[in-house]
Amino acid sequence: MPDDRTNPRALPEQSEWTFDLIEQAHEEIRRVAKKFGLDTYPNQLEIITAEQMMDAYTSVGMPVSYNHWSFGKHFLSTEKSYKRGQMGLAYEIVINSDPCIAYLMEENSLTMQALVIAHAAYGHNSFFKGNYLFRTWTDAEAIVDYMVFAKNYIAECEQRYGIDAVEDLLDSCHAIQNYGVDRYKRPAKLSVAQEAARQKEREEYAQSQVNALWRTVPRREEEERNAPPPRFPPEPEENLLYFIEKYAPLLEPWQRELVRITRKISQYFYPQRQTQVMNEGWATFWHYTILQELYKEGIVGDGFMLEFLQSHTNVVYQPAATSPYYSGINPYALGFAMMSDIRRICENPTEEDRAWFPDMAGSDWIKTLDFAMRNFKDESFIAQYLSPKLIRDFHFFAVLDDDRSDKLTISAIHDEAGYRYVRQQLAEQYNIGNREPNIQVWQVNTRDDRALTLRHTQFQRRPLNGQAQEVLKHVARLWGFDVRLETVDSTGHVVSFLDCRREKRHR
Amino acid sequence: MTYLIDRRLQGKNKSAVNRERFLRRYKAQIKDAVGRAIKGRSITDIENGEKVSIPVKDVNEPHFGHAHGGVWETINPGNTEYQKGDQFNRPRSGGGGSGRGRAGNSEQTSEDDFIFELSREEFMNYFFEDLELPNMVKTQLTQTIDFKTQRAGYNVSGTPSNIHVLRSLRGALGRRIAVGGPSRRAASELQQELEALFDAEVPEDDPRVVEIRKKIHHLHTRINAIPFIDPFDLRYSNRIKVPKPSTQAVMFCVMDVSGSMDETRKDTAKRFFILLYLFLKRVYERIDVVFIRHHTAAAEVDEDEFFHSRESGGTVVSSALHLLQKVIAERYSSSDWNAYVAQASDGDNWDNDSVLCKQLLNNGIMPKVQYYTYVEITDGPPQNLWEQYTEVAAHHANFAMQKIVTPADIYPVFRELFKKQPK
Repeated sequence: MPDDRTNPRALPEQSEWTFDLIEQAHEEIRRVAKKFGLDTYPNQLEIITAEQMMDAYTSVGMPVSYNHWSFGKHFLSTEKSYKRGQMGLAYEIVINSDPCIAYLMEENSLTMQALVIAHAAYGHNSFFKGNYLFRTWTDAEAIVDYMVFAKNYIAECEQRYGIDAVEDLLDSCHAIQNYGVDRYKRPAKLSVAQEAARQKEREEYAQSQVNALWRTVPRREEEERNAPPPRFPPEPEENLLYFIEKYAPLLEPWQRELVRITRKISQYFYPQRQTQVMNEGWATFWHYTILQELYKEGIVGDGFMLEFLQSHTNVVYQPAATSPYYSGINPYALGFAMMSDIRRICENPTEEDRAWFPDMAGSDWIKTLDFAMRNFKDESFIAQYLSPKLIRDFHFFAVLDDDRSDKLTISAIHDEAGYRYVRQQLAEQYNIGNREPNIQVWQVNTRDDRALTLRHTQFQRRPLNGQAQEVLKHVARLWGFDVRLETVDSTGHVVSFLDCRREKRHR
Repeated sequence: MTYLIDRRLQGKNKSAVNRERFLRRYKAQIKDAVGRAIKGRSITDIENGEKVSIPVKDVNEPHFGHAHGGVWETINPGNTEYQKGDQFNRPRSGGGGSGRGRAGNSEQTSEDDFIFELSREEFMNYFFEDLELPNMVKTQLTQTIDFKTQRAGYNVSGTPSNIHVLRSLRGALGRRIAVGGPSRRAASELQQELEALFDAEVPEDDPRVVEIRKKIHHLHTRINAIPFIDPFDLRYSNRIKVPKPSTQAVMFCVMDVSGSMDETRKDTAKRFFILLYLFLKRVYERIDVVFIRHHTAAAEVDEDEFFHSRESGGTVVSSALHLLQKVIAERYSSSDWNAYVAQASDGDNWDNDSVLCKQLLNNGIMPKVQYYTYVEITDGPPQNLWEQYTEVAAHHANFAMQKIVTPADIYPVFRELFKKQPK
């Protein structure tokens, strides 16, 4: 096919990829990304098969993971829908590691490979490296090694204590894995070597602490009489898994280590749960911008661009709330629109933009966008950057559903009066603290039956779902004694509770 | 620095372990599903995978979450008609105004079952496991293979009866031409020389003529000395033994459906028939399955009726054997058919009839079938049919009988029945 484009570095108009072409495409993308100032970890691109993609997809997206039935369950259901053609596979998985690993599926066309490279290897990668949450909470250098450690450790436990014992414990940990994160403290970074060295130390120390906690040596009498028993824990603890790891009376050292592993992994993924809109928006914005640039330079041709735009359009499609295809706000659509909008406000601000974003209008868009990427999570990002124009473009409207009222009320729409309200509500919607029930360790009965009390502080009077009782069983299995879950309203009164009693003889 | 790595050949099937873990966890449910599949499927359709469904509530992994209730205020895209302050009725279920219900986390778990496919191997494993038979698939059961000889070109050795005359003579002719060539050429040159001398009117007794004649004579002697046929020329028709592609077999399932054969016993019988089918499948390309059911009267039926018809009555086993004999004679009499009979019964038969059965087998049926197995599905003491059949077994090596009490016995019994026969 004659190639009438003038750029000598132009990619051939072909659908099939080859290693050389991927290298070539990658080189161009890398160059353009650098021009835009994207700072990334080194990239490692891996060509994998569809089946391997399903593997990666179903084992929490990590290149290595421990074995567990629920990963098998996800594999089976993914496989089923993939084989039936109901679902295309996610054509990109990228791992927040250093080097950053991005998977390219062999079935993809050359265009799709370029899209994935731009999206994952430069978009997500720079987000992982730049965003404050990832910088604070994840250690990209150590994660793959840690997963190897976890896999080996768990495999060893299975040999020693049996698959069932390990599986039961992991089931319980998974049930409260979302409650295994520290929101405010910053974990120390440790290399794997240190991790392994300290693991043994930790076992011994933790065990000795447990014993201290339940010490039954009789106290001196006057002390007993005067002081009420100290409250334990002195402050409520939001990290359930951490609390269990440190204080569950009956866990064996290896069980504590397993709790710790699931907690670490949960913590590692916590930033991803908080930055979905931003992360996908950022990556989508950059694949779009980079590939447009390549088109302008004549490196890629019309056919390439048509195929790319078709995929891109599918990714950022947002059905209306009344559409049968509606399943919530598409984070790709919202994120991409917001990132693009920030660029627009910088480059071509309207009067409205000048009024709403006086600092941003007319500024250098690359710097402004970079600042936004680094210093926010979804909640604050939306609160800060969602513009009236986007609210109009999306036709956002707020629906108030109060169970004390017979009807639903439209509390705001995309009009002058509603902009700030809609923006605030949408930001709230991305607040993990609101999305997930607020459940903390409240108290342990240290004197008597060792029962653990969890406290659910209601948000907007929302009740817990029907699975709470089941989850409580898992907590009780880890804790080893009775567990109670109290629900308190906004005034601090207990409005309801669930109990889970253990058999007195443990296990 | 960038790395581009081809991982396609590595780490395949990484989820196999997790898949196994899943199957292991839901073994009971999967076994049930396999059991149902066996009941629902025809005998010949057994070797496929199976779709297994497990109630979603069983595979659900519980998590804390919010349920409907209290105050929810959600932002939704795509407003076309609403103004602030508008009120409307709560939609009946999810959708519409609120986009919060995440499937795994909502209060009402969806009613759909978790459905996945067992591969053929996995299905067979469960099938055989039910028979308490962990390694059966690996076990090579005895295979009766007939050989036939067929021509396979020519060979330089063999028995005289296999000498191929045409090939041998053709070879000899070639050899003679090759070996005699130089002498003949020399002889014809000498002949020409001789004739040249005669043309020059050299007398007959000229020493040159005498010399040439002598040489020619010598050459002719040599040519004549070349053997007409040499052991070297012999070619034998080559015949080799090849396994006879006994492509077709007929398998008779004969079952007693008198009142005492309940669902469980029929199921046991079915599993036995399936096993027989799988076994024969290893040897034959094509297998006909004939179902004969009997109570007081026998009938040839289709599989569905065979296992599921509720028609019932007393027991006259010989009625089935008569029918069996008739079917063989009418449709499977040619030597191309290998007939196998599997009979299942609870052993209850009319007294006088059992003797008749023995006679039918001894005189009519046994010579016509490859193998006849009788399983008695019962936990009671042996009945008269068993006793009569024992006598048949004594006279015919290809008759075997065993008792099955529980499904777990099926495989051991099957192995016992089909163990290698002393020849």
